[in-house]
Amino acid sequence: MKKPERPPSLDDLEARLRAARAGKPEPDGGSRAGPRGNASGLGVAARITVELVVATLVGFGIGWALDRWLGSAPWMMLLFLLLGGAGGVMNAYRAAKGLDDSVGLGAAQRRRRGGADKS
Amino acid sequence: MANPIEQFKIKPLVDIQVEGVNLSFTNSALMMTIAVGLVSTFLLLSMRGRALIPGRWQSLAEVFYEFVANMIRDNVGPEGRRYFPFIFSLFMFVLFGNLLGMIPLSFTYTSHIAVTFALALLVFVGVTVIGFARHGLHFLHMFFPHGAPIATAPILIPIELISYFSRPFSLAVRLFANMTVGHIILKVIAGFVISLGVFGVLPLAFLTGVTILEFGIALLQAYVFTILSCIYLNDAINMH
Repeated sequence: MKKPERPPSLDDLEARLRAARAGKPEPDGGSRAGPRGNASGLGVAARITVELVVATLVGFGIGWALDRWLGSAPWMMLLFLLLGGAGGVMNAYRAAKGLDDSVGLGAAQRRRRGGADKS
Repeated sequence: MANPIEQFKIKPLVDIQVEGVNLSFTNSALMMTIAVGLVSTFLLLSMRGRALIPGRWQSLAEVFYEFVANMIRDNVGPEGRRYFPFIFSLFMFVLFGNLLGMIPLSFTYTSHIAVTFALALLVFVGVTVIGFARHGLHFLHMFFPHGAPIATAPILIPIELISYFSRPFSLAVRLFANMTVGHIILKVIAGFVISLGVFGVLPLAFLTGVTILEFGIALLQAYVFTILSCIYLNDAINMH
């Protein structure tokens, strides 16, 4: 590799480094989508499939453990199976709508609206 | 036809027993050591020059660095920068585990739920600790959506709790299931190639496609694992 006559201006590099350290977007690179906006569709698809099943199973597990602890079989298991299913649907809905995976659906929706207003 | 499950068998290489606990050095542990060694060697050697105009290897290392750094900046924000070393190590470990598993006759440690669940639990416990450390008991507020009628609390809070506790499981199961299923499919189709004789050309063509797909999945799953860790970290750091 041949070195150019003069290396790219160090002052310019220094300015960009300083901008990056301060967390500010570079002067020429300000066209990024908002946060969370650029997760690829494939990534989302890979996420949703598991959410439904896992949340239901976790609900089932919690209910089963509560039953063993309280001796109330099978009521806790039934209740938490339903709650787990609801949690799974909510997680899948969240991922599908592109509202991140954070806990708190209301907060996520508000964040989304807030972000849309700003951009 | 070879047993398609046999490739996941853990074989102790050096038997170590400490007071009845099996701490043997297995083929899984060997692959993890190789992965860590490869990542360290790659990064140390490629960054040795520290050139202003990067060469081939340094460019490659910088691609990984920028990829993870951008992911953290976009998903967590400037506060997340201090967790970069952890996220980067996580990404490289999972990525190399997935890719090393694609080498014939090697072993995929990410196809074992013990490994993926340990990683997921590390992320989950870490994120929860960070959340409580930064927000104290206020962190518990995220289990009840702000603005929802108080009467819905008995239903909403258990649902949000289950959704929170399902995180490490979904993180672990996703990676483990994708890697395991992919490797079983490869093995089963490869079995057809031999047993069909001349007509084995058809499964061979299919196998080629699936192998390319598997490489894609290896990259994608490392990406998904890391980006979800970032999103969880964001929750704990920037609570709204």
